[in-house]
Amino acid sequence: MDWEVILTNAIRAAVGREALVFALLAIGLNLHFGYTGLLNFGQAGFMLLGAYGVATIVATFGGSLWLGLFLSILLAVVFALFLGIPTLRLRADYLAIVTIAAAEILRFIARSPSMSGITRGSFGLQAFADEFYAINPLPAGSYGIGRVSFGANDAWLLLVGWGVVAAAFVVTSLLVRSPWGRVIKSIREDEDAARSLGKNVYAYKMQSLVLGGVIGALGGWLNAVSIQSVQPDSFSTPITFFAYVALIAGGTATLLGPIAGSMIFWAILSLTEGILRGAIGAGFIPTTIMDGNQVGQVRFMLVGLSLMLLMIFRPQGVFGDKRELLLDAR
Amino acid sequence: MPADPKAALDRVPPEPGARKPDPLLVADGVQRAFGGLNAVDVGHLEVQRGAITALIGPNGAGKTTFFNLLTGFDTPNAGQWTFDGRSLGGVSAYKVARLGMVRTFQLTKALSRLTVIENMKLGATGQSGEHFFTALLPGVWRRQEREIEKRAEELLERFKLAHMRDEFAGTLSGGQRKLLEMARALMARPRMVMLDEPMAGVNPALKQSLLDHIRDIRSDGTTVLFVEHDMDMVRDVSDWVVVMAAGEVIAEGPPESLSSNRTVVDAYLGAHHDAALTLEDEERRLETTEDAEGSAR
Repeated sequence: MDWEVILTNAIRAAVGREALVFALLAIGLNLHFGYTGLLNFGQAGFMLLGAYGVATIVATFGGSLWLGLFLSILLAVVFALFLGIPTLRLRADYLAIVTIAAAEILRFIARSPSMSGITRGSFGLQAFADEFYAINPLPAGSYGIGRVSFGANDAWLLLVGWGVVAAAFVVTSLLVRSPWGRVIKSIREDEDAARSLGKNVYAYKMQSLVLGGVIGALGGWLNAVSIQSVQPDSFSTPITFFAYVALIAGGTATLLGPIAGSMIFWAILSLTEGILRGAIGAGFIPTTIMDGNQVGQVRFMLVGLSLMLLMIFRPQGVFGDKRELLLDAR
Repeated sequence: MPADPKAALDRVPPEPGARKPDPLLVADGVQRAFGGLNAVDVGHLEVQRGAITALIGPNGAGKTTFFNLLTGFDTPNAGQWTFDGRSLGGVSAYKVARLGMVRTFQLTKALSRLTVIENMKLGATGQSGEHFFTALLPGVWRRQEREIEKRAEELLERFKLAHMRDEFAGTLSGGQRKLLEMARALMARPRMVMLDEPMAGVNPALKQSLLDHIRDIRSDGTTVLFVEHDMDMVRDVSDWVVVMAAGEVIAEGPPESLSSNRTVVDAYLGAHHDAALTLEDEERRLETTEDAEGSAR
């Protein structure tokens, strides 16, 4: 077993593309669930819109990548309004049901044969982000520290991606520490109390839903640009749950929680995979118990186990405040 | 505002729907039915400005439902009501609050995972920092925030909660939560506060200070309407009492007039609570019931 490689890969995963994409998804969810108390189970839908917004504009209609970015954001806003208008006046559970269904509907629309003229169905769209890499100011070469290094294009994407994460972090920090943030937190605690104090609860929930959704869509946009490919089935419901896992592990309703949680999530995933493969390769785990093909499934079991342990020994997440958990929410 | 709100009500006849000299809130024909049950059916009710009005009645009389209707938390089947001359029918709850009619709840709604001071600051209305875009520019709202914080601290001092300033509201005791909710309602500078059972679950020592706070609210010029079961408290603090039973206003009057009011006593204890049934009475009743059952068959 080569521990150096295993650890290097884990660190690469912690700062890599998936970590930053899920950090954005989780920041959005944190705004929804952590601060406003909205149960959005359709973050994958926002991600899909962010990804397809750019992919269709460039690959299908021959437009520019930046027009695609604009469309990605616009689609996320429209989707949030579409979800929010009928459900935000109702109890929280309705939003949960509607969002999980709506995200799946989007995925089925994207893969349906009738839409194949635009989305190319289940094949998806590829090679639409050359424009992004064409403006890469980094000269060819390797960037990073020691063995944790990336090629110029990857480094460019990570730079922009983590820049977007930082921007989302700054915006949410400013918001949740402002009187606006106080209102959405009060809605999380008891929306009737907020209403009785003259707060337009519906409008605040809508603002939160739109902003969190747009941040999720930016994650989708970055993901699509980085792999130059969109494929409908990569936006299925588990994506949303992974983002929730990252959020809860890092600490719900904390500012750094979603970012750290996403990095930890992908690092653990890479670590468990590396260790399992290493152990099988070195013969520590006999093939009668498991072989290399099963690593993909087993690593998720181990991630689940480590999350259970985290919830038992640190239920507030990495950055959470334990005092908050001791209070009943109502 | 008259110096003594009670004196202003001296010449008001103690009867349901009585006209007041200077009503702040006027309700007309407000009805709310849940299925076949008429929860609220208030013909006419006026609430005098600057006075403390108690709303009493047995359980299920429709007091809280009436509160919910007036404050926009529920929609009536019929009726209209005005607050300071402005019609409030169909106005949503948050707008009612902004107009100056702020309520509290029977089951106290302290915002548990907000600190006491944040609870208080939330109560202030017209905050520029509560708008999405200005929230991003702390420079715009910081000054107002400091003023609000100062006022919140003064109120906390007055309600003896200052030492809990930075604790989560969820750690407060039941009585402290009642105090916090009342203080928070005052942050909105209401013209009228509606307190839904402010004394429920509060220990006797704290009750006295709550009573004083309610009187203080009146001396600030704020009208108070409160629902209460504790008759001692009602007698002690209120200038006027409205009695509801089965959704209707059955009596009104100054507090001392009500203990002798036949309708009120009947509503609480049943119409025949003090008349012993004679044997003949009982037999006659039994017969009529049996007759009714017989004819039904």
